[in-house]
Amino acid sequence: MKDFRYIDGAALLRLDEDACIGCGNCTVVCPHRVFALRGKKAGIVDHDGCMECGACALNCPAGAIVVNPDEGCGCAALIINGWLSKALKRKTKVCGGC
Amino acid sequence: MPRLRTRLGLKDLLGAVRARLGIARNQYKVNPGLYCTGTPGPRSPVLATANYKLSFDALRKELADIDAWVLVVDTRGINVWCAAGKGTFSADEVAYQAGRARLAEIVSHRELILPQFAATGVASQKLREKCGFRGIFGPLRAADIAKFLKDGKKADETMRTVTFTLGERLVLVPVEIALIWKPFVLVTLSLFVLSGIGPGFYSLDAALGRGMTAAGATVLAILAGALAAPALLPWLPGRQFWLKGVQTGGAAGFAYLFFFPTGVSPAGNAGLWLWMAAAASYMAMNFTGATPYTSLSGVEQEMRKGLPVQIGGALLALVLWIAAPFIGW
Repeated sequence: MKDFRYIDGAALLRLDEDACIGCGNCTVVCPHRVFALRGKKAGIVDHDGCMECGACALNCPAGAIVVNPDEGCGCAALIINGWLSKALKRKTKVCGGC
Repeated sequence: MPRLRTRLGLKDLLGAVRARLGIARNQYKVNPGLYCTGTPGPRSPVLATANYKLSFDALRKELADIDAWVLVVDTRGINVWCAAGKGTFSADEVAYQAGRARLAEIVSHRELILPQFAATGVASQKLREKCGFRGIFGPLRAADIAKFLKDGKKADETMRTVTFTLGERLVLVPVEIALIWKPFVLVTLSLFVLSGIGPGFYSLDAALGRGMTAAGATVLAILAGALAAPALLPWLPGRQFWLKGVQTGGAAGFAYLFFFPTGVSPAGNAGLWLWMAAAASYMAMNFTGATPYTSLSGVEQEMRKGLPVQIGGALLALVLWIAAPFIGW
């Protein structure tokens, strides 16, 4: 999405081009068009467009993509809960109201 | 086989309004299973969706004049993307529902069209192993499904790219406000109690008068953070949401002090302004959970900066508000 940009360099996304088999799944599923096929390999063309939804990694049959594995949709209330739970060593529920 | 109506009625509209207002939103579900539109045959396409009724309605209203099978999977009443993120819209679940509906006996082909947003939870290769059906990712938005089917199950770049228009942002606002309802009541009651503290032991007049002023500021701050910031999102400078909230909250604070004769001292006014900026900043920061473009890493990064400022601002505001009647300015 070109109209909305988030913090540059924040997203945790890695593509192992050696492992890539060029199936193109990542170019299909990404809602921010972060990937493109260059010949027989996929490449990251817009790293900062990544929102870490994880669709590419899950649908990569070669396991060539790594995305921040932490769960959460990124609302502040939930992240605070997660931090508190970690500090107090409690279990937390995955999501609040969203 | 239940045949779906492809036109939404008044009941669906009212249900959508209620869900958008956050009223019994977690219970707005349909029964999982196989449905159909038109008169589908063994070669008709199968479209999967979540059992949140808003998702289900968004799909079926696009299926007028289309003969299709609709496989509703059990996402516990959560929309497609969030359910995929939580792992309830998964290959396992789709395979389970396909098996339960005996889909392989109903259709002759082995293709299952999934919403693109489901890709966060459904691994297409795993789906094939589980139930023999190949998952094909359709467009992001149900509105494009007819074109997708007509074009030979091909989606163009626009159909695959997420948007966040003014309308798409505003429709999320009521739920954001509904979710803050309980903390708001607690904070406001505390503000009324604190506002009565003064040099003359305790003043009920001040509790009511200054309490109302503080409550009004709080309401305005919530609107600044949860309504104005999302509405003005692309035009507010900067990328971090907590800073966008400081801007809308700060502006609302100046407007409040200027247009409403608050009748409090300069220290109290400073406290009000700080409180509004801090509260709006928090509300705007919380909106990151509702956007389709903020990464969790980014949100955590900005929260490590924003949260200390918000807490510091709110504490300083509290000190100023309580001290104001004692120091007399």
